[in-house]
Amino acid sequence: MEVISDIIGIVFTYVLVSNVILTQFLGLCPFIGVSKNTESAVGMGFAVTFVITLATLFTWMLYNWLLVPAGLEYLKVISFILVIASLVQFVEMFVKKNSPSLYKALGIYLPLITTNCAVMGIALLVVEVEKLSLFNSVLAGFSAGIGFLVAILLMSAIREQLEIEWVPKGLKGTPIAFISAGLMAMAFMAFDKALLMNLVG
Amino acid sequence: MKVFTKGLFKENPVFAIALGLCPALAVTSMVWNAIGMGFGVIFVLVCSNLMISLLRNFIPDEVHIPAYIVVIASFVTIVELLMKAYLPSLAASLGIFIPLIVVNCVILGRAEAFASKNTPLDSVLDGLGMGIGFTLALIAIALVREVLGSGQITLFEQGASLIRIKLGPLSDNPIRVFAFPAGALIVMGYFKALFETISKRRK
Repeated sequence: MEVISDIIGIVFTYVLVSNVILTQFLGLCPFIGVSKNTESAVGMGFAVTFVITLATLFTWMLYNWLLVPAGLEYLKVISFILVIASLVQFVEMFVKKNSPSLYKALGIYLPLITTNCAVMGIALLVVEVEKLSLFNSVLAGFSAGIGFLVAILLMSAIREQLEIEWVPKGLKGTPIAFISAGLMAMAFMAFDKALLMNLVG
Repeated sequence: MKVFTKGLFKENPVFAIALGLCPALAVTSMVWNAIGMGFGVIFVLVCSNLMISLLRNFIPDEVHIPAYIVVIASFVTIVELLMKAYLPSLAASLGIFIPLIVVNCVILGRAEAFASKNTPLDSVLDGLGMGIGFTLALIAIALVREVLGSGQITLFEQGASLIRIKLGPLSDNPIRVFAFPAGALIVMGYFKALFETISKRRK
């Protein structure tokens, strides 16, 4: 029973309570840059989910099995970013070979994931700060990716609607996107630790 | 001179190009955090620009991005270790955002767009200008958020020494939402609108 409530807790925390974008501000650049239409937003969301999940898996193994035993924790920044960069490169090659249609849909967003701070941020957070177990880390990475997907999908829907609404001249474009994101973050404040406690006890 | 000043307003990394947004919003609930983050970024930006500019003729084109990332990551590690040693409470409140300087697109962006093509002196000036522009933007956002969100301005905090200005009635009844993530996004939206209006006027 405890395992299940653990799992529910982690998923709920990373998808809603501390949503990567709306409460932790990780991965804002693609969130504002790629959310103009739903199709590319979904593509980006899935690509990020995939990379975050793999990145937490590999960085966890690297950190706990190699860096900690060797006492080289201070090399984490360099090694994590290299792992993520090569992972993205690998994913890009793999997708290109096996599913050209998906590759086309993701387009330039794939290589850009390397500098998406959500990937690096979540890897650092779950592996170094929270020190979760391997399974929980990967689960947290996956949930964070889903949280990213949810936020960017909602945002793209809002922005598509904003295109046809009247917006004050000075606020057109990015400024109104930021303000809508702020209102969305306010709504997400309803998901908090207390709610989580009530759910899993 | 122009190389130095363009980062301050015209090509301000946060407001004009919208790069490095994550730290700009995440650490700006206190002015002191914004200053600390700003100095970290200035240091990494200047050093990595200098290094990359010196190495620009030696780095093969095919692997230039990984090479830049390694250079940047080394300087970020230096900043992280220094901050943990001398300003531990600042390091604690910035948390994972110090190592995340490595994926701050401002730095990789300047390395790619400027330092890889220009002389070391110009690159240092460019890094300094961009870094100061970034810091100013952070301080501006933090000032609005801290004044409205907690009714105070924290200029320095380390152990027992603390420089903090309390703003009378506002510090008793602050508008809490500005200290939360939601407030950061809204403040950023209005800053962006203001900035775009001003730069349109100038043209």
